Amino acid sequence: MRRAWIVVWKDVLSERRSKESLNALVFFSLLLLFVFQFALGPERAKVETALPGLLWLGFLLAGLLAFGRTFLVERENDCWEGLILAPGDKSAIYLGKLVGNVLLMAVVEAVLVLLFALFFSLDFTSVLPGLVLVLALGTLGLAAVGTLFGAITAQLRARELLFPVLLLPAAVPVLLASVSATQTVLLGEPLAQAAPWLKLLGAADLVYLVVGVLTFEFVLEA
Amino acid sequence: MPVRALGWLAVLGLVAGIVAAFGYAPREVVQGNVQRIMYLHVPAVLTAYLAFALVFIGSVGYLLTRRAGWDRLALAAAEPGVIFTGITIASGSIWGKPTWGTWWTWDARLTSTAVLFLVYVGYLLLRGMIDEPDRRARAAAVVGILGTANIPIVHFSVKWWRALHQPATILGPEPSPIAAPIALTLFVNWLAFTLLFLYLLAKRTEIARLEERHAE
Amino acid sequence: MIATGPDAVREQTPPLPASDLVVEATHLRKRFGLTCALEEVSLSLEAGCGLTLLGPNGTGKTTLLRILATLLRPTSGSLRIAGLDALKEPAAVRGAIDMVGHGTWIYEDLTAIENLRFWSVMGGHDAARARLRAALESVELDTVAERRARTFSAGMKRRLALARVLLGRGRLLLLDEPFTGLDRAGRKWLGEFLMSFKARGAFVVATHSFDAGLGVADRVAILAGGRLALDRPATELGHDDLHRLYDDLALGPGVAS
Repeated sequence: MRRAWIVVWKDVLSERRSKESLNALVFFSLLLLFVFQFALGPERAKVETALPGLLWLGFLLAGLLAFGRTFLVERENDCWEGLILAPGDKSAIYLGKLVGNVLLMAVVEAVLVLLFALFFSLDFTSVLPGLVLVLALGTLGLAAVGTLFGAITAQLRARELLFPVLLLPAAVPVLLASVSATQTVLLGEPLAQAAPWLKLLGAADLVYLVVGVLTFEFVLEA
Repeated sequence: MPVRALGWLAVLGLVAGIVAAFGYAPREVVQGNVQRIMYLHVPAVLTAYLAFALVFIGSVGYLLTRRAGWDRLALAAAEPGVIFTGITIASGSIWGKPTWGTWWTWDARLTSTAVLFLVYVGYLLLRGMIDEPDRRARAAAVVGILGTANIPIVHFSVKWWRALHQPATILGPEPSPIAAPIALTLFVNWLAFTLLFLYLLAKRTEIARLEERHAE
Repeated sequence: MIATGPDAVREQTPPLPASDLVVEATHLRKRFGLTCALEEVSLSLEAGCGLTLLGPNGTGKTTLLRILATLLRPTSGSLRIAGLDALKEPAAVRGAIDMVGHGTWIYEDLTAIENLRFWSVMGGHDAARARLRAALESVELDTVAERRARTFSAGMKRRLALARVLLGRGRLLLLDEPFTGLDRAGRKWLGEFLMSFKARGAFVVATHSFDAGLGVADRVAILAGGRLALDRPATELGHDDLHRLYDDLALGPGVAS
């Protein structure tokens, strides 16, 4: 899996140098915060009750942007064909891109959680471990599908339109499970309460990963 | 022509189904005549599942063999599948209106079916956006495979999600033992729908084959 | 200059089935919807041979090259590379192919040496720093090894792509319009590179630049209107005859797209 790591290395390096995606996504998170507040009105209680949903809505919207750009760097630099001609198992590229996406989303999510804590005077410290677990499982599921669909739509004219259209229905179960589990965690309830949701997320993640790994070589062709 | 015979059989079945649904099956005590729409709703959803199973098979078949026939199967199954899913949702909604007073509730099965509808409409949209046959077939196959793999996950997530808010509403056949006339009517309608679906499948496959030949 | 490259870079040809015929394409046809880009194209290439594919823009040179690279599937026809069926087992064949096309496969935010490292690992080759540096030396880019590719000129990017080729184990090199944007010295340099590559395998250069293309060729083929109008050893025809033929076949009335 040396090739998967070199893909991650390449993307992290590119991102660190250009800072395109990260800056914009972080700023996007900040904007979302304002948008949510304005959409919900001045009552703070409304935001608090809606918090799990808002968090995941934010992650999903950021994810739509982030995952849609998964292969942007390949497209812009005309490297797509290079990846196609690279010998060996193509799923290494999928995994590499997936890890890259997860890392990107991790940063964005951390920022968004931080912003929520800041702006709404919320304290997440007591529930942090559980929250991190739910976020990790949910993000993995979104990223697994997002990376795959990102590759599919990468070469299409209508990719900005088609990518959300494909991703959103597929992301429904992850969304439902993540929001429910997040709600349980944020209410301070023991993690065991959210266990069924976490198990569902785990199973879903596994299914998506397997499908992604098995089908990626068919996606990455001319 | 076997396909035409299939068509006529389907029509026959549908007529029999309607007759059975209105004449033969008993009138439900609580819900009244509107409950008869179940004989449309349940067979439609079963047929939709059959359709999407075929989409899955066609998708896998194409990826493994690269033969256009499999892709035609996937396409020809997806289009009627979406239609039947639409019928399921519409009939479910109509059924629900007198029962619950609203056109839509986030009932577990209705929601799952709606998500299914969205997934496969997306599938068809994707197909519409790619001109090159091989790329289109490959992209559609991957989306189709994921869509089908997602069905049980969607089912459970929605079901549990609803369980949090409301006890499950019953939008389906009565719990067993199901009375014989009801079962028979359901069966006749299900058979008719399946025949109709197979007829549409065959016709759509023919059209797809003609389209390909025309492009040559 | 880069006659054979330092030994650190040179590699044994891979253990692909021994076959002198590197490329054997028969009756290739490619349709895009209703337009026929390639019609009944057959050609063969032996190891140590350099083929120049001449033709004005739009005649299907890129399409043919991409089919040879297994990036595109022909509508019909067969293709064998290094003894393997390229259409049935593209993955097995791709290890032997390298391409320098319109896209140079260069990540602009990465430095020259980082780009080489990436593609070396992707190709499953040894990516030791010394080896990468040696390759950069061969193409005279060692001075800018740590500079980001974004700052490179077209010629430099092409040289970087060729450094990548040096690090690989490709036996068939496909180049699409490699002379564009190169000055006289650059073209000379590229010609020498291609000459030395012949020791490893074969190459196909697709170009509309008549003089440059002819300079490197052992065989010349003219692609006109999707058909191979000519395929002869370069020595058979004189320069002027060839030029006339090219003008007639490629640029004549009713043939050019």
